[in-house]
Amino acid sequence: MSVNLAAVLYLVSGILFILALRGLSNPETARRGNYFGMAGMALAVLTTLLVIGLGGMTLVFIAIAVALGGGTGAVIARKIPMTAMPQLVAGFHSLVGMCAVLVAAAALYAPAAFGIADPMGGLKALSLVELSLGAAIGAITFTGSIIAFLKLQGLMSGKPIVFKGQHWLNLGLGVAIAVFIVFLTASGGEARAAFWIITAVALALGVLLIVPIGGADMPVVVSMLNSYSGWAAAALGFTLENTALLVTGALVGSSGAILSYIMCKGMNRSFISVILGGFGGETAAGAAEDTSGRTVKQGSAEDAAFILKNAGKVIIVPGYGMAVAQAQHALKEMCDALKEEGVDVSYAIHPVAGRMPGHMNVLLAEAQVPYDEVFELEDINSAFSQADVAFVIGANDVTNPAAEDDPSSPIYGMPVLQVWKAGTVMFIKRSLGSGYAGIENPLFFRDNTMMLLGDAKKMTESIAKAMH
Amino acid sequence: MEAVDPNIYRLAIFVLAIFVGYYVVWSVTPALHTPLMSVTNAISSVIIVGALLAVGAAAAGAGDGAGFAQGLGFVAVMLASVNIFGGFLVTQRMLAMYKKKEKPAAPKPETEQ
Repeated sequence: MSVNLAAVLYLVSGILFILALRGLSNPETARRGNYFGMAGMALAVLTTLLVIGLGGMTLVFIAIAVALGGGTGAVIARKIPMTAMPQLVAGFHSLVGMCAVLVAAAALYAPAAFGIADPMGGLKALSLVELSLGAAIGAITFTGSIIAFLKLQGLMSGKPIVFKGQHWLNLGLGVAIAVFIVFLTASGGEARAAFWIITAVALALGVLLIVPIGGADMPVVVSMLNSYSGWAAAALGFTLENTALLVTGALVGSSGAILSYIMCKGMNRSFISVILGGFGGETAAGAAEDTSGRTVKQGSAEDAAFILKNAGKVIIVPGYGMAVAQAQHALKEMCDALKEEGVDVSYAIHPVAGRMPGHMNVLLAEAQVPYDEVFELEDINSAFSQADVAFVIGANDVTNPAAEDDPSSPIYGMPVLQVWKAGTVMFIKRSLGSGYAGIENPLFFRDNTMMLLGDAKKMTESIAKAMH
Repeated sequence: MEAVDPNIYRLAIFVLAIFVGYYVVWSVTPALHTPLMSVTNAISSVIIVGALLAVGAAAAGAGDGAGFAQGLGFVAVMLASVNIFGGFLVTQRMLAMYKKKEKPAAPKPETEQ
């Protein structure tokens, strides 16, 4: 196949990827978009196969590798529970990172295979810079994503690991990577050890960058690693002079960056402070003191069922606690029962309600909640004042009015769902404990709040039962 | 006048693609942010292109490094395949779950888009 034709086909594949993302602007077009993505990938792979020629053992090797990897991927995609999506995505990011390192190494050792060798069989200086950048970003993505995976999967404590001089150490490692990139380039690619040193340092840096970030900030981390994997791909796109990789890298890189921004805004945290870490580790010890004197109005499932049934408009506010308790299906049944009573039910989702961007929407979709009943914070916040009941299940901090009126609160300034404007606020909670940041929610002690203490799933089921 | 270095064109494609990405991603409805992440993950595995070229290193007559590059390429193709199949299929599985309300109700747009 001619080089020019291949280049055009790679461009087409890049455009198909753009269309894949474009489809996601609406759930109706999203499925078609996903097919565009698949077509783009198939086109890129076929083009490459035609470029390298289908002769000999090469194709057999490729078929074996694709069968092994693809089979594993397909099984994972089928089996994975939706609650585990964040760790799955983190795991997948790590693979992209590793892949970038391997491809960069292959380009260093056999530049002729990629058609980027100079007449002497070596590599151009620019290619060396690009491929070592790709390897470094890929290595950071690899170990960083593994740490994120371990934290999200609960195999590693979500507590931030901080030590003295951490940021200086990271800075030092970053400088070391830069120095060795210069060294490798100056040697004209001869000093291959420098490449492996860059990779090793970047692997360590990936771990060090993610360990200080607390479990609560994981939505930002997952998005950020998504972005990194894109930049790694883009760097190699420059090395391999491949348009499909360049375009994809740019798309994925900016997508991850935008999602990180949205997550940071949802928590009112600056990106820098998330990166520097240390948040969400210590639970405020003071919280217990001032609760003792105040009274909490507790309700039973029957009380809740009675109020809900007689309401005109109910807004459900689900949080990650709901997913942990696997209460989404019970919740859907309760809402169906409510709708039969003629109650208007909608759902309000906070940007950081789940463990990754849009996670709660997926969990509700899985429970067969229609997506046009689910609203984002800015679209529904004004509706709470017309609602008779705000039903908060497994959420806490995202409903805390202290974020709006108490400048001393650690979450002051964070956008919150204004559930307190509803006639009655119901909280399903296991206990009166505080949220992830150890912040007490003053809503618990208000007159129009009814606390429903118990397991989210059991409580929702009893409410549904009490309605009949 | 001397010719423009092809790298400059690549840089131009890259920068313009970042802008395309910026606008396309902002138009993604927040309800689909998780599928967005899984599908971007799947498409970033287009790095398999590099991996395939590495596997073909021997055929390309890449010299003494070819065997090593082939080994690396084999592993990379495998890892990227996990991602391609896993990423697209899990996205498809998620997207299949998004359903509209059955009975026609008052049309209330989910977002401004």
